[in-house]
Amino acid sequence: MNQNKRGLIPPKFKQVINRELCRRCKRCILSCGFEALKFENGVIGIAGECVACHRCVTMCPEGAITIQKQPLDYRDNEYWTVEIREELYRQSESGGVILASMGNDKPFKSYFDHLVLDACQVTNPSIDPLREPMELRTYLGRKPEKVTVEKDKKGKFQLKGKMPANLLLETPIIFGGMSYGSVSLNTHKALAMAAKNCGILMNTGEGGLHKDLYPYTDNIIVQCASGRFGVNEEYLKRAAMIEIKIGQGAKPGIGGHLPGEKVTAPISETRMIPIGTDALSPAPHHDIYSIEDLRQLIFSLKEATEYKKPVCVKISAVHNVAAIASGVARAGADVICIDGFRGGTGATPKMVRDHVGIPIELAIAAVDDRLREENIRHQVSLIASGGIRTSADMIKAIGLGADAVAICTAALVALGCHLCQQCHTGNCSWGIATQRPEMERRLDPEWGGQQLTRLIQAWSYELKEVLGLLGVNAVESFRGSRERLRGIGLSELELDILGVKHAGR
Amino acid sequence: MTKPMPEVAPEKTKDRLIIDASQKYYKVLNQEIRLAVSNGAHAIELRNVNGQRYLADGINKRVKIHVHGTPGNNVGAFMDGPELYVHGNSQEQVGNTMNSGKIVVFGNASDVVGYGMRGGKIFIKGDAGYRVGIHMKQYKSSVPVVIVGGTTGDFLGEYMAGGIVIVLGLTADGDEIVGDYVGTGMHGGVIYVRGKPVPAHRLGEEPARVELTEKDNALLAKLLKEYSTELSLDFDKIMSKPFFKYIPQSHRPYGNMYANQP
Repeated sequence: MNQNKRGLIPPKFKQVINRELCRRCKRCILSCGFEALKFENGVIGIAGECVACHRCVTMCPEGAITIQKQPLDYRDNEYWTVEIREELYRQSESGGVILASMGNDKPFKSYFDHLVLDACQVTNPSIDPLREPMELRTYLGRKPEKVTVEKDKKGKFQLKGKMPANLLLETPIIFGGMSYGSVSLNTHKALAMAAKNCGILMNTGEGGLHKDLYPYTDNIIVQCASGRFGVNEEYLKRAAMIEIKIGQGAKPGIGGHLPGEKVTAPISETRMIPIGTDALSPAPHHDIYSIEDLRQLIFSLKEATEYKKPVCVKISAVHNVAAIASGVARAGADVICIDGFRGGTGATPKMVRDHVGIPIELAIAAVDDRLREENIRHQVSLIASGGIRTSADMIKAIGLGADAVAICTAALVALGCHLCQQCHTGNCSWGIATQRPEMERRLDPEWGGQQLTRLIQAWSYELKEVLGLLGVNAVESFRGSRERLRGIGLSELELDILGVKHAGR
Repeated sequence: MTKPMPEVAPEKTKDRLIIDASQKYYKVLNQEIRLAVSNGAHAIELRNVNGQRYLADGINKRVKIHVHGTPGNNVGAFMDGPELYVHGNSQEQVGNTMNSGKIVVFGNASDVVGYGMRGGKIFIKGDAGYRVGIHMKQYKSSVPVVIVGGTTGDFLGEYMAGGIVIVLGLTADGDEIVGDYVGTGMHGGVIYVRGKPVPAHRLGEEPARVELTEKDNALLAKLLKEYSTELSLDFDKIMSKPFFKYIPQSHRPYGNMYANQP
């Protein structure tokens, strides 16, 4: 893959060093994963190499360095943006597909930012979350059509028949799939520790499960993607749930991508592919060409695990996501994870990231409506993911119909990520999206686990606050309550799709 | 990756536990098989199998299972250790993502044999369908092997990252032995074709033909000896024709396709 050489493209960022404060400790130079700084009688920035990851800024003991956009004024053009012009330079020089990471950064409308929540006033009192119990527990899995009870010998009621396998989440948030390979082992360890601390789940992504994570089995979702990396019977046994990855929001319709730079010896071992080779997962599972084939794979996994574990299917939010979700539910999935177009990734063609897929807000509303219309909503739990940035986004997603949300980008930001969008180069100075040992060891899994635990705790408190002010004492009761949401600045059609009224009505 | 295998007693016919699959839904049949395995059966004989799926799915004990009849899709999927003998034809996804063990099919197989295979051996006596050996992988001593006695369909060895695929063309006699797009996307592993080279227009862009070495000849002799013994075929007849070897030209065939965002 072509490196970030300047060619026709002017430098984007510059390092600004306060020479009076700088004590020439060279810590910034050591910190930089992109070789953007050097020392020649003082710290000097190398033009065009800085990606604004801010590791040097955070690590400088004197606060002597900062990063600024390199001022360069183009003639304004709302149509031929600077980004477009620069991509044309890059493509004409390389002949390549532009590769990017993280999620869609284009100014499409965020429906989360146009939704507001109700609050209790006067006639229906709010509940004080600090003094009264609030139930955040959520169960993921198939629910029975109806629940029957019978009396036991002592005359007490008990459940008749068996409940299908369900998983308990202490709070309706899980960590979404990020493959070992796209992120470092220390990142995976941090996610696993936090999942265990918080009583939630983390997802291995499609890169397999490293044996250091075996102690966290009860909190792990293993992913079976089209490349089937790391999938063996041991992998399936060491999971609380198995997820079949059909698609992801960052790149609907195409397969996973781990650039060769990131396929080091340990990755080669876990994925069983040669070192340095690009790990491209095929676009479809080549044994799933129809919904019946998906049902076959779901049941082959259920058979392999003796029906003891729920099986999840992850799909991207695309045009007919409601019909697709209905098919997936009928194919035997217990949980459906829907990934909207803001979803992040370690590497994807930028064109696909920015122009393919639909927002998660619309997708969840459409899927929840369709499954309810068909009387099969109870057969699956829905997980919303793809750009869940705050607890507000989470609460609105639940209000639109999701059982829980999955976060990935937010989790990485909690570990120090500054969204410089260079994950695909494998040079992450924060030790997150890299396989370089000298980078990876910067991320302490214990510290990372605590950062993530605190994040989940903060969002859980915020969720309790909002449930309290809504007058609801269990998140299950709020699920799908479109009536408690209102839109602002949305068209009639958009409101109709979301199933919410406009504020004022 | 490799774990020590327990000692297995040699199988005597009367030691086989017989399970009649007649009229049994696959879920019930598979439960019976799993129960038999967990109760310590070394050898199981399934009779009157008629399309039941997922046989031996996920089993991790070194048990011998004889399948009489036609198994359904995904026979031996995710398995880790068993030896399956299919006395007849099999359907799709034989040995799907299997980790170790052996599957011998005394008839034909259908599509996607050995998808994502990670170890072990699959021997097909007759023909196989398309996408045989797709995305096979290998690591150190875990090297999966697929040997097809007859012909294969399109996309043989697509996306291979490791492993060995051998196609013998014993049923072909002048006709095409392999289909189109052989080895497309290959970035590891090796494909051997017996009898005649793959015509240029049928070969994918990634693999290239290379000369066989002494090691290749020894490997082929060893694997095909085992194959011919299992299937009662003539080893000398198999070795009487030359073999052609195909490996990936680059371990990074798509490396130049991408450019960093500005």
